[in-house]
Amino acid sequence: MRLSTVKIISLLFFVFSAFYLYTAYQIRVFSFDENSPFNARTLPIYLGYFGMFISGLKIALPETMNEEVDQKFLNYKNTLYLVVVMIVYGLTIRLVGFFLTTSLFLLSSYYLLGERRWTIMFMLSFPFVAIFMFLIHGLLDIYLTDPLLKALGVIG
Amino acid sequence: MIEGILLGLKTALSFTNIFMVMMGCFIGTIIGMLPGLGPMTAIALMIPITYGFDPSTGLILMAGVYYGAVFGGSTSSILINAPGIPGTVATTFDGYPMAQQGKAGKALAIAAYSSFAGGTIATIFLLIAAPMLSKVSLAFRSPDYFALMVLGLTAVSAFSAKGQFLKAIMMAVLGLMLATVGQDSLSDIPRFIFNSMSLADGISFILIAMAMFAMSEALMIIFRDKDPSKASKAISFSKLGSIRLDKEERNKMLKTIPRASVIGFLIGVLPGAGATIASFLAYGMERNFVNKEEKEKFGKGSVHGLAAPETANNAACSGAFVPLLTLGIPGSGTTAVMLGALLSFGIQPGPRLYMTNPEVFWSVIMSMYIGMVILLILNLPLIPYIARLLAVPRNFLVPLILFFSIAGIYLMSFNTFDIFLMIGLAVLACFLRLYNFPMPPLILAFVLGGMMEENLRRSLLISDGSFNFLWDRPLTAIILSGTILLVSWQMYKSFKK
Repeated sequence: MRLSTVKIISLLFFVFSAFYLYTAYQIRVFSFDENSPFNARTLPIYLGYFGMFISGLKIALPETMNEEVDQKFLNYKNTLYLVVVMIVYGLTIRLVGFFLTTSLFLLSSYYLLGERRWTIMFMLSFPFVAIFMFLIHGLLDIYLTDPLLKALGVIG
Repeated sequence: MIEGILLGLKTALSFTNIFMVMMGCFIGTIIGMLPGLGPMTAIALMIPITYGFDPSTGLILMAGVYYGAVFGGSTSSILINAPGIPGTVATTFDGYPMAQQGKAGKALAIAAYSSFAGGTIATIFLLIAAPMLSKVSLAFRSPDYFALMVLGLTAVSAFSAKGQFLKAIMMAVLGLMLATVGQDSLSDIPRFIFNSMSLADGISFILIAMAMFAMSEALMIIFRDKDPSKASKAISFSKLGSIRLDKEERNKMLKTIPRASVIGFLIGVLPGAGATIASFLAYGMERNFVNKEEKEKFGKGSVHGLAAPETANNAACSGAFVPLLTLGIPGSGTTAVMLGALLSFGIQPGPRLYMTNPEVFWSVIMSMYIGMVILLILNLPLIPYIARLLAVPRNFLVPLILFFSIAGIYLMSFNTFDIFLMIGLAVLACFLRLYNFPMPPLILAFVLGGMMEENLRRSLLISDGSFNFLWDRPLTAIILSGTILLVSWQMYKSFKK
């Protein structure tokens, strides 16, 4: 028997609900609350059981329509690249600073998606981020940590 | 009520708020035109921007975005047969054939006037209904609220995707599970934080909204290799023709608008139903109202066929604010995002909003009307120019949406953990969307999760742990009966297949 992707997702949800339920039972409540009609673990326990019931139902019931997605139309490569670039952006934003990392994130994303018009790419990265930072930092008064700009003496 | 209207007008007509409505309508129109990017994405992107705003101003901006997105969705439906949002699918039935006959300008004008009229009539209904319902809803007790939230979640799940009820319920359960992360509101006991301080305060609503809508939508464009700018290029180059309507066309609209407004508003008030069902229902009903000769024209460029869904979808948008403003319970994904934004402003919508924050209550209602006027005056003549702005290639559009999402969440918490969590949730949402797992029930459940737990807690404590509270009060029993009927109907439909 071949499991459809929707059934696999439902199975994963079933496992997730079971794990959630197990964790819900581990929630420590105050001793005086232990036998109370409602405490911090009551709703999570209900949700865990209900999640298992619903996903179990989805797995057990026959499928009424074919929901398989044609994989050849999906662009895994570019999506994965973008996700990696976002993760790198997240890892470096505090270390290097908002200005440089954001500009490089934008520039590399444009490039990865196939853009090669360097002037527009540049304009929509470094100057664009500078304007954005001015609006955030200068007008809305939200302080942005930027070790690089601080070292260069651009911001205080 | 007059005092309230004046207070609302005073707030809504301030320079800042008018500017915000204009900006909201403009941004909403642009995003609504892009097939795939709907009002929820538009509003989600706006939340971090409104963070430092006064609550009325923030909500006014979001209301403008909401209406603008619906208007933008109609435009792409008419001109290129590509509905920007599900609520404008019915608009394509007669709007696109009209555009093909060289009457695109007329079709746009009919859509704009119908939307304006539908929105206006619905705003009047809202003006009357909301304060009345606010007073009635003061009689609601915890069991009633709990039952109402269960009904809302079931209804949104039932209507969010055709034949996907179980999937939608799974998403609602996932939303409720995510809402339980963090400290318990009463005892402060940490739950599901896995010793991470970043999760101690729970998951931010804005993070969920941005990840599930804006970011995953952007990733989906790349994943599915779509290019929304292609559609907008087609709009830019299409010939619009005259936007003047003759007497016969005006008369036809005058007959359609009142009945479609009533249907739209009533459907909008119902939890879960919203603009999509309202527009289809109004289209179907209008077909039965007109004479045989007019009936023949449906699907071939009928004025009635275009005016009905356009009136109804805008009326439904106003109607959707009734449960949000009076009960504090959103009836749709879009109003759920707005509720989340209100909560982040420190405002608890509900029956007391009318008394505790009258300026917010009334200014939102009045700004809706101002938004309609702005859409009519500014957007109709500006459509070809706005469409040109849209020809931004996806190579720039996607990174910019991703940037606004990441920067938006980072600027609120300065915590990189939130960025990684958001990326993870967006990737998860991408896969779930691919297999038609609907997102609106998840966001609604996430927003309602805390309130649901609070009301369930109160009900169970009062009834000493017994579930009798579900049928002790007639109101609770009636609401729950509605839920049971809805579930039974969905199950019957599934087994019939």
